[in-house]
Amino acid sequence: MIVLDQVKFLLRITRTRDIVRRYFVVNGFDGALTMLGLIVGFLISASENLSIMINACLGAAIALGMSGMSSAYMSEAAERKRALDKLEEAMVSDLQESSHGKAAHWVPLLVALVNGSSPLLISLLILTPLWLANAGIELPLSPLHLAIIVALLLIFLLGVFLGRIAGISWLRSGIQTLLVALVTVLLIYLIEGD
Amino acid sequence: MESVKRVVLDVLKPHQPDALEFSKAIAEVGSDYHVTLTVVEVDKNTETLQVEIVGSAIDFEAVQAAIATLGGALHSIDEVEVQSENDTG
Repeated sequence: MIVLDQVKFLLRITRTRDIVRRYFVVNGFDGALTMLGLIVGFLISASENLSIMINACLGAAIALGMSGMSSAYMSEAAERKRALDKLEEAMVSDLQESSHGKAAHWVPLLVALVNGSSPLLISLLILTPLWLANAGIELPLSPLHLAIIVALLLIFLLGVFLGRIAGISWLRSGIQTLLVALVTVLLIYLIEGD
Repeated sequence: MESVKRVVLDVLKPHQPDALEFSKAIAEVGSDYHVTLTVVEVDKNTETLQVEIVGSAIDFEAVQAAIATLGGALHSIDEVEVQSENDTG
């Protein structure tokens, strides 16, 4: 609880709470759409080998996670250093030992963690039906169709989350993000399908 | 043994944490501290404050450390009230 309060405090003084939230949604959306694209691609190519599909999707999920983590860390560390330098200049004092110094160190790591874990976790959730089927568990639908349903559901939920942040209709916002996903699926079918 | 009963400080701090959070953090240093914070001037990145702390025995060094932890800089001690052990006034 104390750690959580400390994290909230550091996010507040650096005003990065909204940045973390934005990174979570944007990269989560990236992860969900990438998985959706891969799974629809496998569906079109009528691939049968679940292990190959899982490995390909997992590889993409890990790459998305690493890309999210490293890019967010580098950009956020640079932003926090710049902000700290400006503040030190205004205060005419060294703030390394203060909460602002701590924030310049920890906030980029936290943002990187959120930015990297968001697409990874969402991708892993989407892959769950494939894993279950691979483990021999009976599913009501084919694993690829179930994975697409999970992906669409998660994309809808990300839209709902965005709607709540913006204070607009959650249903409208959820449907908007869902439409983006459906257009993506349609495009894949148009370009890849015969 | 003397104890510090009241101090008025001139402090410069960044906009964040805000005045409420800043005064709460200073009040947390002692069990009976009464903190009155007045924002004297607001600049682009900083705020100049007048911080009055009243308590039975103010630990000045701990207050100074709390201010530094919050990113503030103590510019001057403007008023002090100190009481000696035998002072009943």
